[in-house]
Amino acid sequence: MPPILERTARRLHRPVGGWPRLCFLLAAILVVTAHFLPLWNLTMFAPQYPDALRLDIFDHALVGGNGGQDLKEINLLNHYIGMRDLAIEDFTEFQWMPFALGGLALLFVRAVVFGTLKEFVDASVMFVYFGAFSLWSFGYKLYRYGHDLAPTAAVRVDGFTPPMFGHKAIANFDVYSYPQAGTYAMLGAILLVGTGLWMAWRAEDDVGTGVST
Amino acid sequence: MDKHRLARVSTWLAISAGAFLVLAYSACSPSAPPGSGRAGGSSDAAIAAQRTYVAPGDLDEYYMFSSGGHSGNIYVYGLPSMRHLSTIPVFTPYPATGYGFDDESKAMLGDKLTWGDAHHPALSETGGDYDGRWLFINEMNGRVARIDLRDFKTKQIYGPVPNISGNHGSSFLTPNTEYIMMASRFSIPIPKGSYAPIDKYATEYKGVIAALKVDPQSGNMDLAFQILMPPLDYDIGDSGKVASDGWMFYTSYNSERATGPLEVTASQRDRDYIAAVNWRAAAEAAARGEGDMIGGVRVIDPAKVPGLVYLMPCGKSPHGVDVSPDGKYIIGSGKLQGVTTAFNFEKVQTAIRNKDFEGDEDGIPVLTYESIKDAEVEVGLGPLHTQFGPDGMAYTSLFVDSAIASWRIGEWKVIDKVPVSYAVGHLAAAEGDTVSPDGNFLVSLNKLSHGRHLSVGPSQPESSQLIDIGEEKMKLLYDAFTEPEPHYAQIVKADKIHPIEVYPKEENTHPLAVWDLKDTGVTRVGNRVTAKVIAVRSTLTPTAIEVTEGDIVTIAVTNIEQTTDELHGFALLDYNINLVVDPGETKQVTFVAKMGVYPYYCTNFCSALHQEMQGYLIVKPR
Repeated sequence: MPPILERTARRLHRPVGGWPRLCFLLAAILVVTAHFLPLWNLTMFAPQYPDALRLDIFDHALVGGNGGQDLKEINLLNHYIGMRDLAIEDFTEFQWMPFALGGLALLFVRAVVFGTLKEFVDASVMFVYFGAFSLWSFGYKLYRYGHDLAPTAAVRVDGFTPPMFGHKAIANFDVYSYPQAGTYAMLGAILLVGTGLWMAWRAEDDVGTGVST
Repeated sequence: MDKHRLARVSTWLAISAGAFLVLAYSACSPSAPPGSGRAGGSSDAAIAAQRTYVAPGDLDEYYMFSSGGHSGNIYVYGLPSMRHLSTIPVFTPYPATGYGFDDESKAMLGDKLTWGDAHHPALSETGGDYDGRWLFINEMNGRVARIDLRDFKTKQIYGPVPNISGNHGSSFLTPNTEYIMMASRFSIPIPKGSYAPIDKYATEYKGVIAALKVDPQSGNMDLAFQILMPPLDYDIGDSGKVASDGWMFYTSYNSERATGPLEVTASQRDRDYIAAVNWRAAAEAAARGEGDMIGGVRVIDPAKVPGLVYLMPCGKSPHGVDVSPDGKYIIGSGKLQGVTTAFNFEKVQTAIRNKDFEGDEDGIPVLTYESIKDAEVEVGLGPLHTQFGPDGMAYTSLFVDSAIASWRIGEWKVIDKVPVSYAVGHLAAAEGDTVSPDGNFLVSLNKLSHGRHLSVGPSQPESSQLIDIGEEKMKLLYDAFTEPEPHYAQIVKADKIHPIEVYPKEENTHPLAVWDLKDTGVTRVGNRVTAKVIAVRSTLTPTAIEVTEGDIVTIAVTNIEQTTDELHGFALLDYNINLVVDPGETKQVTFVAKMGVYPYYCTNFCSALHQEMQGYLIVKPR
């Protein structure tokens, strides 16, 4: 076995210190917290909607502003262009995302308890994969809803993708799309995981140097 | 004289005659004094504009609920802009909101009376202050209606109340909305429908004062008791408050008990009466079972139950009677005189205790005028109605003078006068008939506008003028041309009213309401057909309703929108059917199908594809 692989394998089985564990514990808490917070928000202004139509996206639900009324209004308006209703039951994400978040939190806790670098790497990789997949899935959903328009619609519009981040003018609407507290919690978790991993890796480095001398 | 000379003399004569006429004309018709004539009151444009301008998108400070007289409606204005915000139909169908076309409002209006002469709106009160719950409005055919201020809709029309004839003296509330008082303006033999010749007017005809009990939770009105009164013409009332709580005061005219041309025959005596009614004692007497059943109602005769009614002599033919915010003074004026009288409630009570009477009417004691009055304020000609401001300020309308006089309780001297255009009847001050008037604004409800507006032909609008009473010097601010006919109005601070803007789905209990397009459709039991229809942008579902000639068809339309301002109409052509359904509401209409194909469509513009919101009632031959 080449020496680099051997060193890496050895490193992966070394226990990590208290600080990286604390980082991962906090990351686990943030990931669980994210479940209860909106991940993303779309706000749509138009002349006749001076108070805007608002839509909060959670990992398990879509919640319209104005006591849920805004979601109904968005669907009502979208029926004119032949868009499918945004219905919670049509999003498989809402079933697997809470499960995945819970799984991630458990992975972090596992890393904290077992405490070798291997668990830290596993958890980090899964977390990055989950984050990237979720973002892709979100973007893909936006694309599909904006492009799968009924050909019999009263108003024919070219397929469009609502903005994922920032502002976009769509017909008479100014649409703003920004991440919300849940996503910031996830970002915080990413930072913590990155920091924890880095600290753990560096610590291993020192230990490794010590052993080799 | 030759011809030429004659012609010359004639010319000179003509010229001098002409000159004389010009001189005579200018001598006999001086130009109008400033502030009079068609120009009427004027205002400083800059001050007035600043005080009344409500910028686009901004909101007014006050609601004004103005009676619509014989239009049968209530008109809602915003102050200080004086913009007409809304019309609340009450006693007559109103196609704009579909009122009187659906089964429910049709039943409430009944089929006997298609009009009502609405006079005195009354906001519900708690502790003598507006509580923003309901608005009551009377009309002359003996009815009182309740409008719920949660949705600004008429919810109950009570009456015609037996024995009451010409319900002008209403709807005056007691300070905690315990009772709504009503009174006969035109005495008749009672029970209504019985006969007595007109020459028996003085003895066989009777006036009646009635009390409707108001349910404190629902606002539902129900007749409580009536009081038998001498055959005078009971006009306007105001309830006592604070110091005079428990009493009700009614002006009356025609103490002569005359018939014929009342403008002469009822103006012979110098004094008429304000009737002081101890309504609390009357309610107790009714609860004890006093009085007789007349026309199915318990009627108490105050001659047999002493202590209920006393008559306060007042200048002849009084109109308004107004209790000061602290309840200590009762202001009444003969409308043909130049003074208004402030009666002291404490002195009224003392006179009653001391039996200080100067006569009686059918056994009802008449109090001695000199013993109960505190002051006569020389306000000017034709005092009709008084409203109040803070710090004892009072404002009296002067019909004959076309002006408003301000004065202060206790000082009894006129402070200022402002001309109004023209012939002011009632006044409405901001919360001016509560225990705590706001001041700020006063509205002069004028009977004549005499062309202070673009001409609209002989049927001229009434005018309501906004007056600034923020300072001692009153300032005319704005002329508004209000819908006929503003007899009386009340002005309430906007933050006391909390209307909903859609009917919440959860509150819809209509048995034919449907919320899912799957549940719409037509069902039949025998020849009774029920169509459950959903109105939502931009379809009326189902788009075709098939029935058979002679079927009794009920169409129930549910507007499943929960978005503000998304009203939908349902008009069925050639059937006189015109519904307007607010968001979250269900309305139904029942009719007999006639053969043919009849379009129905949405009348209330809702969306870009509103025009396409249509369908057909298809009626097959039997």
